[in-house]
Amino acid sequence: MRLSESNNMTKLTIDGQEVEVEAGVSVLQACESIGIEIPRFCYHERLSIAGNCRMCLVEMERAPKPIASCAMPASEGMVITTNSPKVRRMRQSVMEFLLINHPLDCPICDQGGECDLQDQSIGYGFDKSRYTEEKRIVEDKYMGPLIKTSMTRCIQCTRCIRFAREIAGIPDIGTIGRGEHLEIGTYVEKALTSELSGNLVDICPVGALNSAPYSNKARSWEMRNTESIDVMDALGSAIRIDSRGNEILRIQPRLNEDVNEEWISDKTRYACDGLNKRRLDQPYVKRDGKLQPATWPEAFDAIAKQLEGKDGSKIAALAGDQADVESMTALKDLMGSLGSQNMDCRGEGWALDAAQRASYIFNTTIAGIEQADACLLVGTNPRIEAPVLNARIRKRYLMGGFSVAAIGPNVDLTYKHQNLGAGPQSLHEIAEGHGEFAQVLENAERPMLIIGMGAIERGDGAQVLSLARLIAERYGMVVDGWNGFNVLQTAAARVGGLDVGFVPQQGSLGHGGIVAGAANGDIHTVYLLACDDFDSAALENTFVIYQGHHGDRGAHVADVILPGAAYTEKTATYVNTEGRVQLSSRAVFPPGDAREDWTIIRALSDVLGKRLGYDSAPQLRSRMAEINPVFAAYDTVSPAAWGTFGESGNLVDLPFTSNIENFYMTDPISRASQTMAECSDVFVTQTHGGKTGTNG
Amino acid sequence: MNEQNTIVEQPTSFAFTLENMERVKNHIAKYPDGKQASACMPLLDLAQRQHDGWLPRAAMDHVAEVLDMPPIRVYEVATFYTMYNLKPVGRHHVQVCTSLPCWLRGSDEIVKRCNEVTGTEFGKTSNDGQFTMTETECLGACVNAPMMQIGDDFYEDLTPDDVERILNALKNGETIKPGPQNTRHGSEPVGGLTTLTQGAAKGEGS
Repeated sequence: MRLSESNNMTKLTIDGQEVEVEAGVSVLQACESIGIEIPRFCYHERLSIAGNCRMCLVEMERAPKPIASCAMPASEGMVITTNSPKVRRMRQSVMEFLLINHPLDCPICDQGGECDLQDQSIGYGFDKSRYTEEKRIVEDKYMGPLIKTSMTRCIQCTRCIRFAREIAGIPDIGTIGRGEHLEIGTYVEKALTSELSGNLVDICPVGALNSAPYSNKARSWEMRNTESIDVMDALGSAIRIDSRGNEILRIQPRLNEDVNEEWISDKTRYACDGLNKRRLDQPYVKRDGKLQPATWPEAFDAIAKQLEGKDGSKIAALAGDQADVESMTALKDLMGSLGSQNMDCRGEGWALDAAQRASYIFNTTIAGIEQADACLLVGTNPRIEAPVLNARIRKRYLMGGFSVAAIGPNVDLTYKHQNLGAGPQSLHEIAEGHGEFAQVLENAERPMLIIGMGAIERGDGAQVLSLARLIAERYGMVVDGWNGFNVLQTAAARVGGLDVGFVPQQGSLGHGGIVAGAANGDIHTVYLLACDDFDSAALENTFVIYQGHHGDRGAHVADVILPGAAYTEKTATYVNTEGRVQLSSRAVFPPGDAREDWTIIRALSDVLGKRLGYDSAPQLRSRMAEINPVFAAYDTVSPAAWGTFGESGNLVDLPFTSNIENFYMTDPISRASQTMAECSDVFVTQTHGGKTGTNG
Repeated sequence: MNEQNTIVEQPTSFAFTLENMERVKNHIAKYPDGKQASACMPLLDLAQRQHDGWLPRAAMDHVAEVLDMPPIRVYEVATFYTMYNLKPVGRHHVQVCTSLPCWLRGSDEIVKRCNEVTGTEFGKTSNDGQFTMTETECLGACVNAPMMQIGDDFYEDLTPDDVERILNALKNGETIKPGPQNTRHGSEPVGGLTTLTQGAAKGEGS
């Protein structure tokens, strides 16, 4: 596409219509450009061209035989016919062959209703079969706990093979045998070790690869579809939530070229069964040393009683990894009116500087990775921290002319890269311009650097950030029109929290101070806003208010539990790692007495006599825009100004690691998910383990 | 050729012998730098010859490693071509062609006699481990039909009696001259020339 120039156009005629397209596109794409739909199975615009299903046949003038439009480049003066009776007959014949070995089990197939083969057989299928011989039966393959295979349904389009090889970077699937005996499989039985394997289900045009957790749960037309935003990592992938009644049955990707293209990670897709388990569906108050069910007024009263007559500056609040911006804003305002600035949303990543937006976001943007020509990864394993972003790096890698090096864990990232070492020493070497890769960065036109939370969530995080900034400046990563300095956040709430200033002011306590203060009595009350991922045992002797949706770690130390909503149950703002402000949509209602999060804080403020000044979500959002103008524009990214951040000083000689150990269990939802627990068993606990026997 | 067929006792490791490793290098050297995967087929053949005529999974993995290919790409090649055996074969691998020309010239009789002499049938190995029978499609020797291939050699212009003679000889460890088993040397007409019998050829020859 980059090569295209305005004078580099090709003219051809399709169905009597003159079309001008960029040179190099296929006949199929040329047809699509004027709205003519060509049926296809094997062709997929994000994969290489196979040309083996033959469904896209069209007639070309002076060609003796029909041509496969997906594989034929459009060229000057071509005359293409897509709607003649002959074309129709040819496609019907192709369809008849495809259906020869395809079982007639649509009524029990999960793909039924959203199946390419089914849809196109309406257009091109015969009403009865002329085939009386035996149909072929193929043994089902084991591909891990997420994918259910019914290989007899396979029409051998090889999309899955190409996806695994090209996008996921795990060349484990192939065609075994030949002719009638050809099968798709892994040959050696094994689970697909990819964090993107769920996309195989979407890419399969028939029901051969289906979602195992969703198996036989619902029909596609029974469900309500809600377009929303994912919070399982910090990318904010576009998702579609499919629900029936008040239950979420599955999550699928939506197209967003700027963020996730059309892929989502397995955690995004499959952790949704965790939304139905271990939920907090009513308030609890600790009485006689035990948490007991309570009503909302009782819970609020307990809080009011606790705070009555106590020093307001000794209250603290911590926000968790999936908190939305609305509730963080409301809680920040409430804390302010109570007289406290002891609040933090950064967890161990206290080194992040809320005053410098460029220092905590992914400045290059995800789509911008495709413009880079060299990349240095510091203390990050993007494959598990943000699998979809990793796929984008791989995409850039496959375009060629892109070198990648990593300082930190030596892992398989699905693309070739050089490991420069594990610790700060290697970072120093780059900063001083030593080594081969320093030369690569020096020569690169658009170099980029990705620093992971593993390198920031440590005692010398501020020094690491400072050194990373110096590297960015030394190699010209920050110039007019290009910013190659990137922080890869892992929490969906983080950038939003920093944008809204959910951090301590000068002289007040941050995360570490609050936890320590709670242990030694300096802090008498801690408000946890969906905050679970820290050592909550330190809060045992403090009065803890836990607002969240799962009975996870934070709830275990709580004195009062206020049941909130999960991301699928509220219309709320999240800011992804690029700084893109996005709005999620409510697909279902929170269970039981649980409420949308910001309304809980608003109601509590009333009881405490500190009424917050907003009664509706739009009012609250204008308050957010007042705090930080980025909240005035949704779905866009505006460049952040470069500044000075970090602290100079020595780095502790400890190796950089990723801050995620187990990709499948990073938050209360995925920890409650049965599917994620199974994946964890197969892929993490018994790495390379293969079949566990639970697959039946 | 599917996975079920390969469930046999697999050796745990395989490595080319030093001598074969030299051949491996020669094969790889035939292709441009970075295109070493092109040597996949000759290397698989080499591995098969080194390993009693069949390819265990360890050998395919070894080839993948030598050529820096994902193993599945090697499995794809090995399962596609019928000349790679994915399970053990007998000392003599008897492949009988049953495609149309051979069939018209009596391949049914050839197959029947093969079965009688070897005591086994297509897809199986005889109990004494001497013979494995495989049905093949056209091997390109139609002009000498019916024919069969044993090991690397073609035996052509067969009669059932020829088959019996050949197989018994092999059983006894003797060697038989490959090629046409009748009076022919190649694919010339059986009863002497029938065309071009006059002219220059006549004056010089017999």
